[in-house]
Amino acid sequence: MENIKQTCLYDQHVAMNAQMSPFGGFMMPIQYSSIIAEHEAVRNNVGMFDVSHMGEVFICGPDATRFVNHIFTNQVAGMPAGKILYGMMLYPNGGVVDDLLVYKMQAPDLYLLVVNASNIEKDVEWIREQSTGYDVEIRNESDTWGEIALQGPQSERIMTEVLNMPVAELAFYTFSELTYKGESIIVSRTGYTGEDGFEIYASTTLTQSLWDKLYKEAQVTPCGLGCRDTLRFEVGLPLYGHELSSDITPIEAGLGIFVKTDKEEFIGKEAIATQKENGVQKKLVGIELQDKAIPRAGYDVEIDGIVIGQVTTGYHTISTDKSVCMALIASQYATIGTEVDIRIRKKTFKGNVCRKRFYEKNYKK
Amino acid sequence: MNEVIKGLYYSESHEWIKIEGNIGIIGITDHAQHALGNIVYVDMPETDDEVTKDEDFGAVESVKAASDLISPVSGVVTEVNEALQDNPGLINENAYENWIIKVELSNPEELESLLDADAYQALCNP
Repeated sequence: MENIKQTCLYDQHVAMNAQMSPFGGFMMPIQYSSIIAEHEAVRNNVGMFDVSHMGEVFICGPDATRFVNHIFTNQVAGMPAGKILYGMMLYPNGGVVDDLLVYKMQAPDLYLLVVNASNIEKDVEWIREQSTGYDVEIRNESDTWGEIALQGPQSERIMTEVLNMPVAELAFYTFSELTYKGESIIVSRTGYTGEDGFEIYASTTLTQSLWDKLYKEAQVTPCGLGCRDTLRFEVGLPLYGHELSSDITPIEAGLGIFVKTDKEEFIGKEAIATQKENGVQKKLVGIELQDKAIPRAGYDVEIDGIVIGQVTTGYHTISTDKSVCMALIASQYATIGTEVDIRIRKKTFKGNVCRKRFYEKNYKK
Repeated sequence: MNEVIKGLYYSESHEWIKIEGNIGIIGITDHAQHALGNIVYVDMPETDDEVTKDEDFGAVESVKAASDLISPVSGVVTEVNEALQDNPGLINENAYENWIIKVELSNPEELESLLDADAYQALCNP
């Protein structure tokens, strides 16, 4: 096994007695108190997450816009500074290299790509391979940036009153480049929980001092990756390796709106355009079980004993108290209401296809 | 500190069994409930089902994962703890009071291969 990395907040997690586990190549906190308590803190109040494992890759140079538009599915041309777009990098066959955020920085011809921890090395190699013929510089700064996500309905108050960061006017999916304690930092109104919230990118030392300051606030609950997953799942957000992968296209995952096939060109465009026109063989759906048993990733979905797909993520949801999952199944069965069986250990349990959003998002516009 | 109770037998897979006559009362240990976190579902067998030593008879599911329940003995299920169906979190509150199944032992000699409280404590805190 490769060396497992630590984030700049590793010592804090250990001192806080977090339950630690490897995730995406990093030793990460799964929970501090309990997943349910941390989940509810984010839904109802405010929680903080160490997300320093995420990758930060900067693209700059005269061809930066054209190049990012070449490797990214969303429309980067004409993007104003301070704006963020979600989208994917695709292989030519439409499979997903990674899903990511693209930040258009104030400096001309400069973009920040925020990628999944587990994919940093693969992504950087992929990006470099595609850059032949483009006048761009690719800088992987993942090790020099820390990142804290502050999430929940009370996060704006903590950002402004405790950290004195002027973010009240920041709109969803936009960011500011601030000077804070003499340092350039990035603060965006983004997250992965379905709640209002912010993500703060700063040096590793400033990240440590921000974390320590937030930890002293009784109102702020430290949250591990356990509840990050239950929170994102409930609102139907995909996780690479589960709902997206090199074998699952954005169309199959129901994320077609982030793939702009009206763009002049990008890697994977032809494959996606074909799928948009002809339809797909498999589709990501939600399934609600009639029983309390929990469908987990990899379990088979069946109809009349015939396997029609697999669960990608499943939980007994915390906010709505139901056993539900997302599953990738043969598209002819993807109609809402279709009755299916899910094989859980030795038994099968009945469920019905439903929307894959199990809880409504609560973003601030 | 995770609690271990004297007088019970323990398995290396973190089940406990308490013997009352020819009946074994089976649950999971405090160490196990702590490691699992919030328990949200217990998959239990039915009365009269047979269980076999070292084979799974159900599962305990926390928010994040399913963990098989491994029977420390062989026998026939005489009772299941119905209270866990509506309130699986009882195991988090007290793992020793909130048993999972009761089994009529078919081979009491199997108990000899299990751990006592001290040996189990040593297993959890090497």
